[in-house]
Amino acid sequence: MSETEKTQAPKMATGDRAILPEGARTIPVYIMGKRYEVPETLTIMKAMEYSGFKFVRGAGCRGGICGACPTVYRKAGDYKIYFGLACQTVVEPDMFLAQIPFYPANRTAYDLEEIGGEADAVHALYPEVFRCVACNNCTKACPMDVDVLAYISAVKQGDMAKAAEISFDCIQCGMCASRCMGEMPQFHIGQLVRRIYGRYIQPQAEHLKKRVEEINSGKYDKMLEDLTSMSKEKLTKLYTEREREPDLAPSGEWMPEDTQYL
Amino acid sequence: MAYTPEMKELIKKVEATRPDRVAMAKNNEHYPALTLKEREEVLNKYHPDYQEDGKRKVKVGPNKGDVFQEEVAELLESQSIIKEDEADLSEPDYETDVLVIGGGGAGTSAALLASDGGADVIMATKLRHGDSNTIMAEGGIQAASQECDSPFYHYIDTIGGGHFTNQPDLVSTLAHDAPLSIAWLERLGMMFNKLEDGRMVVRHFGGSSRKRLHSAGDMTGAEIMRVVRDEARNRSDKITILEFCPAAELILDEDGKCAGAILYNLETQEFYVVKAKAVILATGGFGRLHIKGFACTNHYGATMDGVVMAYRVGVGNKYLYSTQYHPTGVVYPEQNVGLLITEKVRGLGAHVLNIDGEQFCFPLEPRDVESAELICEAMEKGKGVMTPTGRMGLWLDSPMIDEIHGEGTVKKELPAKFIQFARHGIDISKEPMLVYPTLHYQNGGVNINSDAETVVPGLYAAGEVMGGVHGENRLMGNSLQDIITFGRRAGAKAAEYIKGVDLKKPTLDHVAKFEKELTDAGIENPKTAPIILPDYSTDEVSAKRWTKVPIGGE
Repeated sequence: MSETEKTQAPKMATGDRAILPEGARTIPVYIMGKRYEVPETLTIMKAMEYSGFKFVRGAGCRGGICGACPTVYRKAGDYKIYFGLACQTVVEPDMFLAQIPFYPANRTAYDLEEIGGEADAVHALYPEVFRCVACNNCTKACPMDVDVLAYISAVKQGDMAKAAEISFDCIQCGMCASRCMGEMPQFHIGQLVRRIYGRYIQPQAEHLKKRVEEINSGKYDKMLEDLTSMSKEKLTKLYTEREREPDLAPSGEWMPEDTQYL
Repeated sequence: MAYTPEMKELIKKVEATRPDRVAMAKNNEHYPALTLKEREEVLNKYHPDYQEDGKRKVKVGPNKGDVFQEEVAELLESQSIIKEDEADLSEPDYETDVLVIGGGGAGTSAALLASDGGADVIMATKLRHGDSNTIMAEGGIQAASQECDSPFYHYIDTIGGGHFTNQPDLVSTLAHDAPLSIAWLERLGMMFNKLEDGRMVVRHFGGSSRKRLHSAGDMTGAEIMRVVRDEARNRSDKITILEFCPAAELILDEDGKCAGAILYNLETQEFYVVKAKAVILATGGFGRLHIKGFACTNHYGATMDGVVMAYRVGVGNKYLYSTQYHPTGVVYPEQNVGLLITEKVRGLGAHVLNIDGEQFCFPLEPRDVESAELICEAMEKGKGVMTPTGRMGLWLDSPMIDEIHGEGTVKKELPAKFIQFARHGIDISKEPMLVYPTLHYQNGGVNINSDAETVVPGLYAAGEVMGGVHGENRLMGNSLQDIITFGRRAGAKAAEYIKGVDLKKPTLDHVAKFEKELTDAGIENPKTAPIILPDYSTDEVSAKRWTKVPIGGE
């Protein structure tokens, strides 16, 4: 059999539907306490679907970025509690698992235009941030390896930039809040801080402001109108002859030879 | 799982050719790109969209006679999930000015702009607010913000990348509004990658003439989604969010204006009638149909619902036969299969290599061309790498990024990808990734004009559900831009439109009429749609579900 034919063999997984190839091994997992045999190497999410579960809650992007599928599990003979995303964690033998698709957390509404860039505003909206006892359970529970305690500490100290940077990978699954001894919604606090940082602390893009003015003044209206009625031949010519900005040119420095359409 | 010893042996071939390739990249030298004619040849031969099998004509509706992939055709020829004689429209459960269906980037932008315009908004989402393809988009968002760039070149790149099939007024709108969208997001507090003086960091992407890709780490879509969702939550007085309530059918009034929708509560199985003066469809794409069995990068709810509902009220679509295969989906390790590796990796200089560690294509061709070249290299030339689970892949040489731009670049520029692989024992700053084309994006969709209006008064569409702006092929960074551009336009326009609207008696007659068309066309046992969620039960489990009616009775 040639290599090409081999890849088109019928016994293959299609889409996300898993199969148990001939000779492959299964392992036992306990979904909410009940034993199922599933193929090894599957993710928790695909293993649950393989077992016959159909998700309404607890599945989202299936790619580790939306925070819909946080899962808590233990392993036989191990006192520790583990956290992971069901779509990103591979099953292990004798894993005892349950999903936590929703966890209540209070969020305070605010007006970004009025809030300003000072940390005081954050402290006023979320005074419970000072209930943190630095137990670090939040960080241990984070499936994205965000140092939650570090950003909450930065918020307390008023270092908004640091808090924004450290919390950037947060997917807002809520596991930090589920384990917090101070009972605070860390992920909402992180979101607030990042928006304040983006709005008030990060410098604004001046070249963008200029471009917005140019667009609003109608500078490009005629050019775009001409393009919408242009023949394919003429468009093809423009497309093939367009200059390409060099890869390593520093931003804002290179200019094309033809500047009539800028 | 980390690479097996056999795979590690193969990686040595990649490492052997790397020094020469890095030197080449530093001199701004590239593997030659294909000419337009060569592109056409490789597409026709190897791209799944261009091959003829698995396609057929649909027999009913606005696109009657047009050819679609089988998986799409059977949903266009589907029946309603609602028993019409039991549906009572006379007493709506909710009343609002604007109903937004879908809670991704387009829907949320639309909701924000509609509320800016003074409208009361209900947003109905299938899963949670934010569960969408937006949140998964990694690489960036296009806008001609630089001095060397302009909307003119954004237009040219986009329509050239789309093989000149794009709907011109939509491309013009996209290029025009793009910088406005970025400024809007900046003002909402989005954390863009910036230089110290505030200048946006911008990059090249496949098919670009200028660096136009703005980003936020390698989770640009997630950052956009978090920011607009947070803003919507701040406006709970104007925007009501109904989660786990996908739409099942659109409602028209007797004059044929859109008058709301029927929602389905996934948890209680009730239907809700929403009376609305305007409806914005922002339901996303169809990745979860797994056309031709390909793995996909889409979120769980991407099942073509909006196109199906629009079809029944007489709104046709274009380019729906065109499916974007992202050239670089993960094929190893198994738990990452189907995940997308952003084009930014190639934008940063990583080469695509065969089993011998050799380059065989320009790494930044438009996506469809790049996909076809990978399929050709693996299938025709037999130079792919086989994984232990029988999947085929080609190397994406990420370690050379650090060698070109300095150590730590991979970790800094691709933090989420770095974590996703590190979790499975692979350090992508030291070992290459194994990739293969993956189903990624619905290029086509429902017909709209530059104000996001459909032919049905009061019905708008924005985001992946609509078609035309990308033609038959979308460039990277244009989808994040189109959801914001057309989401904002749809919201603003709808808020204006509702001011003069007087709704007449609501009706589902269009559904009855459509189903009669199905019968007249001889379509027996049509599928029931929207399908709302895919089913990943194994054949073995499905075969053992013997119930006649759900447990607890009908």
